[in-house]
This record gives sequence, C-alpha cells and structure tokens, in this order.
Amino acid sequence: MSGYHFKPKSRIREFVGEKLIAANALVALAAIALIFLFIFKEAIPIFADPQVQKEASVSRMTVKQEFYAGREPKWSWQPNSEVPKYSLVPLFIGTFKAALVAMLFAIPLGVGAAIYSSEFAPARLREIIKPVIELLAAIPSVVLGFFALIVLASWLQNAFGLTYRLNALNAGLALGITVIPVVYTVAEDAMTAVPRSLRDAATALGANPWQVSFTMVLPAALPGIAAGVVLGFGRAIGETMIVLMASGNAAIVSGSLTDSIRTFSATVAAEMAEVVFGSPHYNVLFFIGTLLFVLTFLINLSGDFILLRLRERIQGRTK
Amino acid sequence: MNAESRQVPLVFKSKTSGRIPRGLTFAAVFLIALMLVIIVTNIFLGGFRTVDWTFLTHAPENGMESGGIFPAIFGTVAMVILMVIAVVPIGVLTAVYLHEYTRPDSLITRLIRVAINNLAGVPSIVFGLFGLGFFVGFVGSGLDSMFYDSPRPVWGQPAIVWASLTLALLTLPVVIVSTEEALRVIPRELREASYALGATKLQTIIRIVIPQALPGILTGAILGVSRGAGEVAPIMFTGAAYYLPHLPSSLHDQFMVLGYHVYIMATQSPNMEVTRPILYGTVLVLLALTILLNVVAILIRSRLRSRRAYA
Repeated sequence: MSGYHFKPKSRIREFVGEKLIAANALVALAAIALIFLFIFKEAIPIFADPQVQKEASVSRMTVKQEFYAGREPKWSWQPNSEVPKYSLVPLFIGTFKAALVAMLFAIPLGVGAAIYSSEFAPARLREIIKPVIELLAAIPSVVLGFFALIVLASWLQNAFGLTYRLNALNAGLALGITVIPVVYTVAEDAMTAVPRSLRDAATALGANPWQVSFTMVLPAALPGIAAGVVLGFGRAIGETMIVLMASGNAAIVSGSLTDSIRTFSATVAAEMAEVVFGSPHYNVLFFIGTLLFVLTFLINLSGDFILLRLRERIQGRTK
Repeated sequence: MNAESRQVPLVFKSKTSGRIPRGLTFAAVFLIALMLVIIVTNIFLGGFRTVDWTFLTHAPENGMESGGIFPAIFGTVAMVILMVIAVVPIGVLTAVYLHEYTRPDSLITRLIRVAINNLAGVPSIVFGLFGLGFFVGFVGSGLDSMFYDSPRPVWGQPAIVWASLTLALLTLPVVIVSTEEALRVIPRELREASYALGATKLQTIIRIVIPQALPGILTGAILGVSRGAGEVAPIMFTGAAYYLPHLPSSLHDQFMVLGYHVYIMATQSPNMEVTRPILYGTVLVLLALTILLNVVAILIRSRLRSRRAYA
C-alpha cells in the first residue's frame, strides 16, 4: 500500500482534532438540555405570572371548574371560547385512550412476531421478516394518518356501525402500526440475546424446541419484552400526525373508545400555528409540550434501564 | 427473576408438538405483513394514475384542484439536503468519539448514550416546539437584532434552514447508531497497522477508520433522509408552508414540502372528491420515496453484514 504516506505528527493538530470531536459529541447532550429548557421556559408563566394564572393555573387545568355561575362544574378544553377553558383532563383521557388501543393491538402482534422470528422461523424467512418490519416502521406517520383518515375510518364505520367516523379506535389502530416495530425490535433483540447454553441445557433435559422457547427463552427475555412494551407506549403517547388526522380532535370526557378524542400532541400541533404569541394559551401549549417531553423522557429512561439490567445479567451469566 | 431460582421441570414429559404457539406467532407475522401490503396496495392503486411526468414537474393550479406537486418535491429535497449537511458530520464525529476515543463505561460516554437514546424518543411535535422556540425565536431573532435593522424579521421567522436544523436533531440518533455499527465492524488490526506505519490517532481515524465506515455512514444518512422527508410535526411551525407561488431561493425562505402538503390536503380540502386523486398521488410519491430509500439502506447494510461474516 504505497498510497499511505503520513505527514510528521503534529501534537497541536492531534489535540485540536480530539477536542473538536469531543465537542461534537456533546451536541446530543446539549440538545436534550436545550429542548427541555426552551420549552419549559415558555411554560413558566403558568407557575409565576398571576395574570396568566387567572386563566390557566395548574389547578384550573386539572380540577373541575365552574365556568358560568350556577352551572355544574366540569372539565373542559375550549381555549378559544369567550371564557377560555384549559382543562387538561379531556386531553389526558384522549391521549391514553388512543395509546390503550394502540398497545392492545401492537403488543400481541409485536411480541408474537418477535417470538416467531427468534424461535420458530427458518433462517431465510427471518431475513425477510426483519426488513418487512423495518419498512412498516419507515412509513411516514402522515401517510398512516392519511390512510386512517381516508380508508380505515370508513372500513371501521361500516363494519361496526359507528356514530363518529373519526374516533379513539381508528386513531389507536393506526397508532398501533407505529408501535409494532418498536415492540418487535426490542423483544426480538432480547430473545436472540439469551445465551445458547440456556437453550442447550433445556434441550438436554428433553425439551422440544417450543418447550425450550416457552420455559427457557421467554422467561429469561421477559424484561426485554417489557422494555419493548414500555418504549412502544412512549412512542404511542408522543406520536402526532396520526392522531391529529384520524382521531376527530374533539376534547370529550368519555370512556367510550368509539367517541372522538383529542390528544396532547394533536392539540399542540393544531393550535400552535394560530395562537397569540405570549398569551396564556401559548403558555399552556408549551406546558403540554413540557409534559410530553418529561413523560416520554421518563418512559424511555425506564425502558433503557430495564434493557441495561437485562444485558448485564445475561452477559454476567455467560462469562 | 434468576435462572437459578426458577423452577425448571427436570423432565419434559408432554410431547406436544408446539403447533399451536408456532401457528399463533406465525399469524402475528402474517398479519403484520398483510397490513403493510394492504396500505401500500391501497395507496398505489389510488395514486398511480395521477403520478406522471407532468404531475412531478408542474406547480399546483386552481387552489390545488389540478396541476402537480413540483414545489413540494423541490422543497422536500432541498430540506433534506440541508439536513444531511448538518447531521452527517455531527453524527459521524459523535460516533467516532464514542467508539474511538472513550471507554464504553466512562461517565461521559454513558451520559451521551442516554442523551442519544432519549433524543430518539422525544415526540416529533416537541421537536417542532423546540425549533420554534430555539431556532426561530432565539437564534433567528437574535441574528435579526444583531445584524439587521429592518422592522420585518429576516431570520426570525419560520424558514427552510430552521426546519432542516430541527430535523437534523431529530435524525441525529439514526446517523450515530448506524455509524457506530459500521465502526464496530472494522477490525482492530487495521487500526494497529496504521499506527505501525507511524500514523497518529487522528490520521488513522481520518484516513483509515472513516473511509472504512463509509457504507455504514451512507446507510445512516439514507435512513435519516427517509425519516426526515416524511416528518411533518417538527416542520409545521418552523418553515413549511401550504402554498407558495415561488420556490425557496434563500435559506430564510419558507418552502412547500410533501408531508405537509398531504396533511393539509387531507384535512382542509373544501372539495375532497376533486382533490382526492392529487392527494393520493402525493401520498404515493412520498411513500415511494421513503420505501425506496429504506430498501437501498437495507441492501447496503446486508452487504456490510455479509462482509463481516467473511472477514
């Protein structure tokens, strides 16, 4: 290899290069801190400004309010009405209804597919399953939102005779499609990471392949599956375009999955463009952003923590 | 739960064939594949008649009821090019730092890893808020008050550069993870050979390690582009516009983009029956773009992996 000719070493260049690379690596760290800082900054008036608190204090956002004298107190999200109402309860209910449907749909499919591809699938089929799931994950959420809005909603309405075309069920199912790859990937990783020695031990005791899977691999990989579910839930809460397009966006306090819903993420997406800069409404939208950030941050942190523990345990055992 | 403490039956008696669990889990795989097929087929059938050369190269006309989507394609491409210029160097150097300079268990490495994992999990709408608050409101307005003396904002308004930078942050984890995977494959002997020839660490990284990792870096960039091209929530307040008569000509212009076009047409079209073919056509272009990019990335990666198998 005559092409490689190295110039004399320069300590300064070496030093500057390393520091530049190190500084670059801090971008991700800085980004996380800046995201929190710049979003929370705009939500501070809710805690500090009495003028803003008259309309939107923490208690006004969570406790039932009597908006007109003599009327029954209720939770209500109507930021643009004459008496602005900023109760987060309807949005909370909407967010969790959509996430619930998504998880009920995605967990059996994601975990089932993970079990099949790590335990039963012939090697060649496995090489097909993974790209298929990757492609599913690659579909832009606005395309899924479009599909749920135009196609799936009509199918569901015709099949079940629903009153509202756009509802929690419709949005939740589409949301589930984005959650499946998350659950699948994490669960599959955990199962393939179970050491061979464990499988061999069960086989030596006379277990056939599926007994090995269900008595050995699955229990050992259970924390990984749980982590997949946790991370998938984080995804379901934060996903925006699907719920914005397919959920009906009506902030209703109801337990029914066939009513329209309005989620945290969709509320921010729909109202941010028209909100008056610096108004209480503006502050509340950034407060919702802060909530979403903190919620998903904690969810991701706990998912990662479970995976870290699992990895340490499995590696510790094989040493 | 420990393996030691778990009760494992010492003799497996029942010789059930396992056909039921096998069948059930296969059904899950089948259903997932079926969903992919249904979605792609539906969008293809709804859109392929609309998508032709005229559709791809002309601007919308009559309030989106006829014409094409060229400005949205142009905006999407311009946006992801700017995004790649920002995200690839940062992502690659971060991966190099984590893999070549620090030990995996050092505090700073772990902190950066936590940050990367969490960055990947931040909801896209939160990126949108951040882009608005930080890039438009802080950096942009800051530039305006320092260098411009005009009542109308120049940089302190939604613009293509801010949308691209917001997406760069969103796709940073994709590029880092992909690059790191490539760095792990490079044999240590290659680095040692470089040192033996008298190269310094920095020279080794620039002339040996990074060129060797190029396929992985390329994969990361492609996956990042695929992700960025389809995102809508992060750019809806930071630069995307529904209709503009002119193409963006500078970094501080607003721009049209495929994903946002789909969102507005699907939710705010006054005459759905007329615009439906154009809507389907736009969705098909966007979907075809992302699927194509992902297939390319999958192919590059599978070649990379088979190379490792023979190394």
